[in-house]
Amino acid sequence: MQSSLSISVSPHTSLTVQRSNRNALEPLAFAPPSKPLNLRFCGLTREALGFSSLRRNSDSFRFRLSSSARVRRADKFFVSASLSDNGSPPKTFDYDLLIVGAGVGGHGAALHAVEKGLKTAIVEGDVVGGTCVNRGCVPSKALLAVSGRMRELQNDHHLRALGLQVSAAGYDRQGVADHANNLASKIRNNLTNSMKALGVDILTGFGTILGPQKVKVGSDKVVTAKDIIIATGSVPFVPKGIEVDGKTVITSDHALKLESVPDWIAIVGSGYIGLEFSDVYTALGSEVTFIEALDQLMPGFDPEIGKLAQRVLINPRKIDYHTGVFATKITPAKDGKPVTIELIDAKTKEPKDTLEVDAALIATGRAPFTHGLGLENINVATQRGFVPVDERMRVMDSNGNLVPHLYCIGDANGKMMLAHAASAQGISVVEQVTGRDHVLNHLSIPAACFTHPEISMVGLTEPQAREKAEKEGFEISIAKTSFKANTKALAENEGEGLAKLIYRPDNGEILGVHIFGLHAADLIHEASNAIALGTRIQDIKLAVHAHPTLSEVLDELFKSAKVKAHVSGPVSEPIAV
Amino acid sequence: MASTPFLCRPSLSNTSISFSSSTSTSLPAHFLRSPSSKNYSRRRILSVRSKIREIFMPALSSTMTEGKIVSWIKSEGDRLSKGESVVVVESDKADMDVETFYDGILAAIVVPEGESAPVGAPIGLLAETEEEIDEARAKAASKSAPSTPKAVTPTPPPPTSTPAPAISQPPPPPAKPASDGPRKIVATPFAKKLAKQHKVNIESVVGTGPFGRVTPADVETAAGITPSKGIGTNAGSNIVSQPTPPKPAPSVAAPPPVPGSTVVPFTTMQAAVSKNMVDSLAVPTFRVGYPVTTDALDALYVKVKPKGVTMTALLAKAAAMALVQHPVVNATCKDGKSFAHNSSINIAVAVAIDGGLITPVLQDADKLDLYLLSEKWKELLKKARAKQLQPNEYNSGTFTLSNLGMFGVDRFDAILPPGQGAIMAVGASKPTVVADADGFFSVKSKMLVNVTADHRIIYGADLAAFLRTFAKIVENPESLTL
Repeated sequence: MQSSLSISVSPHTSLTVQRSNRNALEPLAFAPPSKPLNLRFCGLTREALGFSSLRRNSDSFRFRLSSSARVRRADKFFVSASLSDNGSPPKTFDYDLLIVGAGVGGHGAALHAVEKGLKTAIVEGDVVGGTCVNRGCVPSKALLAVSGRMRELQNDHHLRALGLQVSAAGYDRQGVADHANNLASKIRNNLTNSMKALGVDILTGFGTILGPQKVKVGSDKVVTAKDIIIATGSVPFVPKGIEVDGKTVITSDHALKLESVPDWIAIVGSGYIGLEFSDVYTALGSEVTFIEALDQLMPGFDPEIGKLAQRVLINPRKIDYHTGVFATKITPAKDGKPVTIELIDAKTKEPKDTLEVDAALIATGRAPFTHGLGLENINVATQRGFVPVDERMRVMDSNGNLVPHLYCIGDANGKMMLAHAASAQGISVVEQVTGRDHVLNHLSIPAACFTHPEISMVGLTEPQAREKAEKEGFEISIAKTSFKANTKALAENEGEGLAKLIYRPDNGEILGVHIFGLHAADLIHEASNAIALGTRIQDIKLAVHAHPTLSEVLDELFKSAKVKAHVSGPVSEPIAV
Repeated sequence: MASTPFLCRPSLSNTSISFSSSTSTSLPAHFLRSPSSKNYSRRRILSVRSKIREIFMPALSSTMTEGKIVSWIKSEGDRLSKGESVVVVESDKADMDVETFYDGILAAIVVPEGESAPVGAPIGLLAETEEEIDEARAKAASKSAPSTPKAVTPTPPPPTSTPAPAISQPPPPPAKPASDGPRKIVATPFAKKLAKQHKVNIESVVGTGPFGRVTPADVETAAGITPSKGIGTNAGSNIVSQPTPPKPAPSVAAPPPVPGSTVVPFTTMQAAVSKNMVDSLAVPTFRVGYPVTTDALDALYVKVKPKGVTMTALLAKAAAMALVQHPVVNATCKDGKSFAHNSSINIAVAVAIDGGLITPVLQDADKLDLYLLSEKWKELLKKARAKQLQPNEYNSGTFTLSNLGMFGVDRFDAILPPGQGAIMAVGASKPTVVADADGFFSVKSKMLVNVTADHRIIYGADLAAFLRTFAKIVENPESLTL
């Protein structure tokens, strides 16, 4: 799912989702945030009760993990022996791998598990596909496909430059909404069928962890599995003071149904989600007001890319914005009154303004969906709802010890709230439980924002790279190329765009690549593959790109980098973040 | 690849650009670069008294109308030499370093970091000598005064980091009177942008939008320009699926516009109505009127109203039942050569919605009972208001009903929509003195119903018979509730 990089919440809450904070090696004392948000926490008491016995389990498991080879069948006996004093140890397992949550992360893990020969089941309490397929990436891409075309058809200047004449473009709202809905159901069926075809058991009902290797599905069914992956995902985060009625004050869940196109909509949060919706709404004729808690729009993007994006995606459109403000209270439209939004200054907390708009979309990020998961039964304390994990996605209990056979992937662990990251984490876990140690390098996972034009990125931003360079004592360089110099982009009359490379001039390591421009989301993978495989610039710059294609933007980018070293070899070991 | 990244650089990175700041006195061009300028200018100063140059907001691109000061590289009091970068300006396209053409001292910053100024406006003052700094600052203070109040920027100006005491601007405009004062102006984002672009004071614009907000059209009206058509609303598709391009104007010379008149182009819906109306001229129509006594209908209406039945539903049902007996009135002449009999009776009902006209269709009105029909009608109205009608919900009518009775209209003619056989225009029901067959006078409520029909397929007798049936149903409305 989309990442929650933009946080525009009320001042009392402290939900800042920073990857660095998710370092799993931190001591995991159960420390609830000063104010409970609408995030859910597990109860304290039961955790305390379950503490002592579980502690012993984990010790024995840890011993096993460190000393024994991972021979699956042999493990069973070992496990039951070590747990025999624990009341209800599973003697045999119903499944090798049980995945709680059939979103994109769980699906990716399930497919890979089957490939590796594991007997796999997946538990889903709602609909297969999770957020991404049903309420996220997938339907939003359908809406963005429409908005992109609308934009093209409305841009007389652009069309005339191509010699095209098109009379007034219009749209049928229901038709657009149906397109998004149909796409979601199509992808959902594909997902379901792919799992059924491979023999993955889909168990319907909410999964609750009862104890080690044991999960309750629905109200009564108990399933045991040798390894369990939590992949329960996330829900839209709504700061307190905001009343969501689903009609005029909405979250992305509602917005994707496109039940109305308001004349004027305020979007709280200018991260990926907010930005994509602003693209959709303005293309369909709405005016948009952004409300951003930070001083800059589009926090989380590389500042230079953000600035350019603002010039192209915000300033010329029917959008205005309030930065450095919190929306403390949002009241839905009722009794003939519009939606009202009370703003306070993010720093001084002084009341600043009250907005009256037709609708408000809350896009302040996403909160993990871990409530009712039974984590207290295994002495795991969530942190602001996130399940603490180490770099191998192994769940850690409230004492910082690993919980054996339990993993958590995707939005629920908060490392990187992206659908494909969840899937990659799931595959990494399956690799581990089938005997191959694997650590996922999150710096090689690309992210994309599907505005028109698109924004994509992989690795570090320039400020992050500079900080790292200063700390570790190396030099960094920046290279940039423009889409204006690309033949294909000019043929499309879409020369607006920039690709930026952050690298080490001493050894040619790619630290980050950021692209804003036509098909940026598709272009980023050359860079992300290079980072994942440790390819250096001096090597990749010799690779050949078809002419004329947009991929030459990256070709130019790599060629314009000035690397001192000319020896190739692995840049570094993949590092987890 | 012929192109190189170098080609594009200027528009992206912090490229340097030189600007020519003009002087307060107009100097011959050759003077500017003359090596002897110093002496010459000294001499000139005697007469001009001082030499303070203004640093202008440069035009960094052809489309740039205003620029934002990203940062001042130099601060007040810094000595500048020719070619040095002084300030970073953000245009609509890029950030650029701006250099000076002159040696001197940056005496005053008129436009602080984070604020914007139109192209050509002074953003700073350059003094040649230290003695002139104070004078320059005094000048800056007077300059900044008129320029500040125009800050209609959507974002409140961020606090300036360097207050610059000497040229201290007048204190920031007092925070806008909160809602306790006069009603706060609510303007949409695009309205604000337009106001800025057309230099319209948004405070003075009267908002006509929902909740009294200022809409883009209000600003355009205030600026005296033709409102541009709204983009891509879905209103238009409700009447015709493909708006046809405007036909070439007839050769009749248009009368000269009345001075002071404004031309407002049709919305898509209005254009569709216009086209349909012109097309209707191709159909030969005639009209037949009929008085209908409504006492019984009114009595029934009182009874069923609490159950959610509307008068529209009653009339539609009555028309549908009459149409069952007179299928020819429900027929259509599509090609001018044949009857097209419609298997279902779909009653379209004309509805005025803001700025337009639409005809939601009660499908199979003869088959649905009154209550279902009323429910269906409410649902259609809701959809029509939300502009969510599906094409088959507004273009599948086989017979149209138009009722202006609620306005007190006693009779009117409707124009037959293309593709239908007949349209019924219903007037108000009024108490009328009538004499019955026995010569007794009484007062009965009567309404005049006028049907316009396509005479290619529907003849006078057909229509008269249909109307008689309709009148019978209305006068004995019990059958409506069956």
